[in-house]
Amino acid sequence: MDNHGSYKSLINIWILLMFLTVITVWVAQFDFGALNVPIALIIASIKGGVVALHFMHLKHEDGLTWVFASYPLFLLFLLIAFTATDMFSRVLN
Amino acid sequence: MGFFDITSKIIKSIAYPSEMVPSIDDHEDDGEHHFDPVTEHESAKLGMWLFLATELLLFGGLFAAYAIYRAKYPEMFMEGSKSLDVVLGTVNTVILIFSSLTVAVAVKAIQENKIKLVKLMLWITIICAAIFAVNKYFEYTYKFSKGIFPGTDIFYSIYFASTAVHMLHVFIGMAVLGVILRKVYKGKYSKDNFTAIEIGGLYWHLVDLIWIYLFPLLYLVG
Repeated sequence: MDNHGSYKSLINIWILLMFLTVITVWVAQFDFGALNVPIALIIASIKGGVVALHFMHLKHEDGLTWVFASYPLFLLFLLIAFTATDMFSRVLN
Repeated sequence: MGFFDITSKIIKSIAYPSEMVPSIDDHEDDGEHHFDPVTEHESAKLGMWLFLATELLLFGGLFAAYAIYRAKYPEMFMEGSKSLDVVLGTVNTVILIFSSLTVAVAVKAIQENKIKLVKLMLWITIICAAIFAVNKYFEYTYKFSKGIFPGTDIFYSIYFASTAVHMLHVFIGMAVLGVILRKVYKGKYSKDNFTAIEIGGLYWHLVDLIWIYLFPLLYLVG
């Protein structure tokens, strides 16, 4: 059976996530205008990636699991992109 | 399989969902196992990832609504976001990430047969989930007392809808982990049989993962 990391490495991952949470809150007090959302999303995605790779053991999974884990991200992109192209290309709102 | 067998299986799956998870060393029901234990373990995990994909798309609709209306009404989202309690949101983020750690430790501990540690970690996870729920209760009642309801404007519609759907997942996660914990006390799991704990853990991590996105998008970006 697969053996994932040590307790110490799990705690290190948690410390990293706490550090990123501090950055999330800290960075929010600055106004970057239109970049506010992208910056928040980038930090959230780093955190999400860390959770998926280490807590959900994606790092140790095979290719098929990676496909299962990543194709919904593509579907999510399609969902948002096509809704947006519809909403913002309407003549009447 | 006759009609009665199928019916009883469905009822059993509703009453004891975790028992429907293929267990590695369960020889009680002969004829049900077509694969070796490792393949079963891997398929159960893959099935969970597939389920998590549908969960992500459930929230995907809410994220799409957020993206569209934020682009259309930026001022409304600025105002709404500022009215949310950042301190409570941050506390809940910390609680949820910590509970993710305890679940990860539980999954690790069961593979070393450290049953006591598994029990402790699952208890802490469930307690964290309960604290999260209590904080959300205070947050909601405070908003209601100020006359802010889901229908107040589009921002609050999205705020209440996405946090309530997330809250529902926290409750489901508590129930799943509670059933697993009960079975840990009954001595059902060991280093050769921990599929249920691992995929229950995957579900809990998803609950954390969704919140990692909801927190900055709703509370901070304003």
